[in-house]
Amino acid sequence: MSQWTDTIRQISGVDPRKCMKCGKCTATCPAYDHMEYHPHQFVDMVTTGRVEELMASKGIYTCLTCFACVERCPRSVEPAAIIEAVRLAVIRQQGGNHMTPDQIPGLLDEELPQQAITSALRKYSKGG
Amino acid sequence: MQRIGVFVCWCGSNIAATVDVVQVAQALAKEPGVVFATDYQYMCSQAGQDLIGAAIKEHGLTGVVICSCSPRMHETTFRKTCQKAGLNPYMVEIANIREHCSWIHKDKPTATEKAVILGRAAIAKVHLNAPLTAGTSPVTKRALVIGGGIAGIQTALDIADAGFPVDIVEKKPTIGGKMTQIDKTFPTLDCAACILTPKMVDVSQNEKIDIISYAQVEKVQGFVGNFSVTIRKKARYVDESKCTGCGLCTEKCPQKKVPNEFNLGLDTRRAIYIPFAQAVPKVATIDPDYCSMLKSGKCGVCAKVCAAGAIDYKQQDELITREYGAIVVATGFEPIGMDKFDEFAYAQSPDVVTSLELERLMNAAGPTGGTLLRPSDGTHPHTLVFVQCVGSRCDGGEKGKPYCSKICCMYTAKHAMLIRDKYPDTEVYVFYIDVRTPGKNFDEFYRRAVEEYGVHYIKGMVGKVTPQDGKLKVQASDLLGGRQLHIDADMVVLAAAIEPDKSARPLATMLTASMDTNDFFTEAHPKLRPVESPTAGIFLSGACQGPKDIPETVAQAGAAASKVIGLLSKDALTCNPCTAQPDELKCNGCSSCENVCPYGAISYIDKPFRGPNRTTLIRRVAQVNPAVCQGCGACTVACPSGAMDLQGFSNKQIMAEVDAICR
Repeated sequence: MSQWTDTIRQISGVDPRKCMKCGKCTATCPAYDHMEYHPHQFVDMVTTGRVEELMASKGIYTCLTCFACVERCPRSVEPAAIIEAVRLAVIRQQGGNHMTPDQIPGLLDEELPQQAITSALRKYSKGG
Repeated sequence: MQRIGVFVCWCGSNIAATVDVVQVAQALAKEPGVVFATDYQYMCSQAGQDLIGAAIKEHGLTGVVICSCSPRMHETTFRKTCQKAGLNPYMVEIANIREHCSWIHKDKPTATEKAVILGRAAIAKVHLNAPLTAGTSPVTKRALVIGGGIAGIQTALDIADAGFPVDIVEKKPTIGGKMTQIDKTFPTLDCAACILTPKMVDVSQNEKIDIISYAQVEKVQGFVGNFSVTIRKKARYVDESKCTGCGLCTEKCPQKKVPNEFNLGLDTRRAIYIPFAQAVPKVATIDPDYCSMLKSGKCGVCAKVCAAGAIDYKQQDELITREYGAIVVATGFEPIGMDKFDEFAYAQSPDVVTSLELERLMNAAGPTGGTLLRPSDGTHPHTLVFVQCVGSRCDGGEKGKPYCSKICCMYTAKHAMLIRDKYPDTEVYVFYIDVRTPGKNFDEFYRRAVEEYGVHYIKGMVGKVTPQDGKLKVQASDLLGGRQLHIDADMVVLAAAIEPDKSARPLATMLTASMDTNDFFTEAHPKLRPVESPTAGIFLSGACQGPKDIPETVAQAGAAASKVIGLLSKDALTCNPCTAQPDELKCNGCSSCENVCPYGAISYIDKPFRGPNRTTLIRRVAQVNPAVCQGCGACTVACPSGAMDLQGFSNKQIMAEVDAICR
């Protein structure tokens, strides 16, 4: 099992071992046809330590984050949260912080909701 | 001063791997009053028991402390051992160093220290133990079975067969339960009605069995061998002794639009009804929610047509109180509601049905006369999709149940097979997570559905069902094929999880019988006492204890009956001598104890006491009926003046234990 399994579990707050491989997430997914790996596979790849393969896949960006899988999973596994964590892991790996608190004042304007900046900071800074 | 022997059990490695048993025996040997201490591999074995007996005789022991497993496991064993060696059995104390110590600790020094402390507390208690003698209580030789499904029916028949009278209390107007609604039974495909209705007739014709239908248990008092139960027999507005079951009233009643619960609302019945042709008792019942005569005083058609004059609009609920020696719970199950599963469109389309509804749609006595037709338009369905595990195996939460409902794999295979057999022009898909068929001829049955009948078993789940243009668009996963499937189905069948009947929880409270977090009744021991509740005299039969199919239910029903027969065959039961006893001089007559006693064992009497200067004072004091007292100790806590004490667990003894622990 790779170090990434723990990282993904930590970021997502989800325990992929709860998955009973029923496939309801994949049955539900509206973006199925555009994905290289499918929701139940995300979960399985994290459980079995194949996270790097998943990180290298373009498929993780076709997830719409519609949360249909989260809503319908009978085991509260939340595949969408796992895939979001994988995307974050990719960003974090690519070279540290993409955003620091110092940049925030410069980004503030009347149009942009402050919440969006907070979310962006959380997403694009390391060690969140 | 007591002469105490201490016996430390290894329980193989159960205790010895975590607790240094030699050190425990050595430490406890130094306690005051201890004249002998030893350890042994299996104290409960014959050799271990011989060792205890020999030590009692050799060292003249007056008290014994056994450091071993829970007293629930072997207290009785060791009490008998000591009794054989001439010691009063209530001079034995168990220090639980397994469940309370070795099983829950990892660190050996800590566990050893705790084991010594637990042993010390038991020794402190034995110092204050007094020999107790158990009395006896009589046994009422009549049993009550709550629930008249196949579980209750089988239990009642078996008890009656042994010669004991039995009452069945059934909340519905007829006995028979869920099995009456089922079409065929797996894996032999015999017709449910053909095997059940003769048993229902046997029950009604058996002189030893009294069916109290359309009734519910309202109050339970007493204890093993001596229960007193109050049953509310609801008014059915029909005199059971006069009604011949001719059914004329059910044809003439003008109120035709009552949802028929027997067919799960798939058709309608009249306001006066007999649930189905083979009902037992075959007596009509008026549904007060729909009868216009009862609601507004206008109508009276049924009374006019009844030649037997059985209709009685003024009938009242009747309360029946009877005495029983044993009570069997057979309250069964029901499928969970589908309202929380929007994705399957159950509420949106009548063509999405539960498996029990499908049973009715395939049953010759059902709303379609046994021809499978779509409920929406009455046409013949060509494509059917079965969804397994709907609400079963869910991770907590509101939506479903954490357990496997056990029966769904098999009945789904049965449905799929029967449909393919009767209608070869159909395509039948079964979406499964795992196919679980551990039973005699069960896997063979499922394989037949696949191999002989060509049912498409697909490893995956249905994600959503959308009603569109008269079809049900099913989106599902095929995990082994690596595909997402889109099927245009005519009907979707949901294998709904099963849960205990709603009446089980309040009943458990009345019976003081324990339940698990899913409201299934708990058995006294999961392996060795599977049909007994931990509450003495209460027995479990059928799905009220856990999901079960018919053969298992019948087996358990027979097992429960044999336990009841064993109990009712005794003329007297040995009572627990650890009962409450009031100190009349301290009692101030406040009634606190009487109010908290869950068994009704405490009453008050006016008793003369000698006062100063040869006067007599009449004082109101508590009295405990030792045959009824179960030794729970609630009164000893409630008593404000410390007058109430529990024999064998006196306040002094408990404080001595606490002192020993804190020393």
